[in-house]
Amino acid sequence: MITWILRRLFQSTFVVLAMTVIVFVGVHVIGNPVDILISPEADQAERARIIANMGLDQPLWKQYAYFLGGALKGDLGRSFVFNEPALKLIAQRMPATLELAVTAVLFSMTFGVPLGLYAGLKPDGFLGRTIMAGSILGFSLPSFWVGLMLIMVFAVELGVLPSTGRGTTETLFGVPWSFLTWDGLRHMFMPALNLSLFNISLVLRLTRAGVRETLPMDFVKFARAKGLSPARVIFVHVLKNIMIPVVTVLGLELGSTIAFAVVTESVFAWPGMGKLIIDSINVLDRPVIVAYLMMIVMLFITINLVVDILYMILDPRVRLGGKS
Amino acid sequence: MKEETPFRRFVSEFAASKVALFGLAVFTTIALLAIFASVIAPQNPYDLAQLDIMDGRLPPGTKSATGYTFLLGTDDQGRDMFSGMLYGLRISLAVGVGSALFAAVVGTSLGLFAAFLGGRADTAIMRLVDLQLSFPSILVALMILAVLGKGVMNVVMALVIVEWAYYARNVRATAMVERQREYIEAAECLALPRWRVVFRHLLPNCLPPLIVIATQQVARAIALEATLSFLGLGVPITEPSLGLLIANGYQYMLSGKYWISFYPGITLLVTIVSINLVGDQLRDVLNPRLKR
Amino acid sequence: MTATIEVRNLQTHFFTRAGVVKAVDDVSFSVNRGEVLGLVGESGSGKSVTGFSIIGLVDPPGRIAGGSILYQGKDLATLPEREMRSLRGNRIAMIFQDPMMTLNPVLRIDTQMIETVLAHDKVSRDEARRRSRDALGMVGIPSPDERLMAYPHQFSGGMRQRVAIAIALLHNPDLLIADEPTTALDVTIQAQILAKVQELAAEHGTALIWITHDLSVIAGLADRIAVMYAGRVVESGTAAEILDTPRHPYTHGLIGSVPSRNKRGEKLRQIPGMTPSLLSLPAGCAFRMRCAHATAACETEPENTGEGTRFLRCFHPMEQAA
Repeated sequence: MITWILRRLFQSTFVVLAMTVIVFVGVHVIGNPVDILISPEADQAERARIIANMGLDQPLWKQYAYFLGGALKGDLGRSFVFNEPALKLIAQRMPATLELAVTAVLFSMTFGVPLGLYAGLKPDGFLGRTIMAGSILGFSLPSFWVGLMLIMVFAVELGVLPSTGRGTTETLFGVPWSFLTWDGLRHMFMPALNLSLFNISLVLRLTRAGVRETLPMDFVKFARAKGLSPARVIFVHVLKNIMIPVVTVLGLELGSTIAFAVVTESVFAWPGMGKLIIDSINVLDRPVIVAYLMMIVMLFITINLVVDILYMILDPRVRLGGKS
Repeated sequence: MKEETPFRRFVSEFAASKVALFGLAVFTTIALLAIFASVIAPQNPYDLAQLDIMDGRLPPGTKSATGYTFLLGTDDQGRDMFSGMLYGLRISLAVGVGSALFAAVVGTSLGLFAAFLGGRADTAIMRLVDLQLSFPSILVALMILAVLGKGVMNVVMALVIVEWAYYARNVRATAMVERQREYIEAAECLALPRWRVVFRHLLPNCLPPLIVIATQQVARAIALEATLSFLGLGVPITEPSLGLLIANGYQYMLSGKYWISFYPGITLLVTIVSINLVGDQLRDVLNPRLKR
Repeated sequence: MTATIEVRNLQTHFFTRAGVVKAVDDVSFSVNRGEVLGLVGESGSGKSVTGFSIIGLVDPPGRIAGGSILYQGKDLATLPEREMRSLRGNRIAMIFQDPMMTLNPVLRIDTQMIETVLAHDKVSRDEARRRSRDALGMVGIPSPDERLMAYPHQFSGGMRQRVAIAIALLHNPDLLIADEPTTALDVTIQAQILAKVQELAAEHGTALIWITHDLSVIAGLADRIAVMYAGRVVESGTAAEILDTPRHPYTHGLIGSVPSRNKRGEKLRQIPGMTPSLLSLPAGCAFRMRCAHATAACETEPENTGEGTRFLRCFHPMEQAA
């Protein structure tokens, strides 16, 4: 197991390195690094100084080494707009995004699993069919439009929920969080729901498929033959089997959710990393863009690794497969 | 009775689903509306001479000073929303279909290469596919547009880069199976040139799954383009697609002027759903095993 | 001797879109305390559905359409689900064909055993665990304390079937329905399992319904045998009667198609044709299309005739021993 984790770590490092090359090539070769990395307001002398300072007159491989060295030290440049280290800016915005993404993943469980369970147990009923039809919409609706509709209905027409922003935050471990205040939770509800829509559909379908697949299994019939209550059969015997793939997929989706938060944050003016990157792209604040891309790649790879390890812990067949 | 050809059987199997036929009819209508936008639209939304800023943000059904009725209202520039939507639809469809086709060509070629060359080329191409598919489409598109900047062609390029991997993976998988078949061996025994084997024999057999993926990808591309344009990273303001129209209306929605965003949104939605309905049936008919 | 369970004119039908499938149609038998009944038939003959009917686990679109299943004066066919559940796994237990599939792969053995104890008896978890461990020991699983903590995939097929048997016998049931529990196992393991079940059933006076398609499995085990074909019991009697003097042409054919040492060199006989689809059963005797003795008379349904323990549904019973 240790060697397996080490091997995975090694692979992950390799992917991160590959990504730095791609980002580097994107910024330094396809684009003009002078335009990208130097503020347009800088004068000629300033430009020359920065070019020399950043080593842009050096051969490419040296530039890459410089970039990589900076990245390793956590230095990915300064934002032109905020005049702060790009990494620090992103780190400041990250909690808002993480809180939103984690809530969205929790939503997809709390809505997706019961709906999928119901649709799986009553596949031919009216409600079961409606749930499935709804999940198709959840897959094909562009999420930004759904977000707009949510705002239109709940904020504009009904006026029951705030439309934008994070609301009141409460500081914990030196970081402001919205989920600690009622106002913050009210602000978070719509964006989180919007962000979770795709995952709700996904979890719902996985759960339904799992239920349909598991119910006719002999072990379910045997569990019933033991005289267990229907609740125990469904919630322990059936659900436990389904939760393994569901949790795995959801874990993997956490990365996507963070990426798609870009859209939701823009719709609901949620001040997270996603909104920062869109704003940065629109004002060409490129150090922030590069820093964001590197961060999200790292995040992705970390999540994938953690999920793989969790999956091993969750599923006894995988965990103990080697020993028996 | 007419003779049963594969094509005729395909048509009758496809027509077995009324929902899919409905989807096809809706999509055809939408496509025709987009193609003949300049004929149908009562106003050329890009001709500033025809616009009157005084007509800005009128609700649906309002009459203009010149006596024309704005069926779906106007946007902030006084543009007729119905006309604007037809033109926007045209751009959305062109970008969606165009990028899907372009990606199909790139992805198919690389997939076939990988399958036929094998060895290192195969490994390299498939590694790239795996790596790319492990990142969400929006992130990949974001990266590319961050480097390239806005513009219709850049969006198409971003979409192609997002999509090619799906084609490549599926084509390679099909090709790996097909190349074991006797007819390929026979063609190789005849010492036919390799390109001929690939394009005349192998490609036609990869076609059914390709058609299914292409349909799904058109819908995805349209949605992704709309999302990117909504975020302000897609098409420029001079050529607004549906996504950009929705974005334009967003700021007015909070003051209750829903129509500027709402109708383009509905159009986008109907387009995507109709393509998906067709795609689902195509998948069931052409390749029952190809399920996500 | 009083019957532990008495099945009378049981009808279990599946109401599918394509039509009504009469999986079990007018089946009657009884099993006494400590007795072993062999329920024999090809796949699709309704033997498993009969078992599921008794334990009340027929899933929609199937349901018991007629007849009665008497247990201690109660009719299980009409018993409310709540009461049925208190009997299930408690007084009436069942084990299944494929031991790889009967245990939940993601739950530990102790979870799956303790929940069975607690489903019917109000005892502490420790007591439930102790009883589970004893049951494992009883079915011949070495170091039961350790094995309780294991997951099913850590056991071999034979061991898993032993665990399933231990679970089924946790409450010393009055009736155990064994649905081909040895079919999926190696021959040597089969014999061990057979012997174990027989021994345990005899110990507690548990009545046993052993469902199988394999006459040779049942030959040494069953006290009585009922042969099913297309949802009906076509012939029943004591094991000796059925095996030595089969009177229904189908039973005769079944015995003839079992390879045995006594018949070496003889050509194995086989029954021509296939089991008919239960959706389109012809009128009259369901076996007549495959039967060498069929006449016009067979186009009407043969009555269940016989006396004592021997019953038969045939117009042209075979007179001689096989």
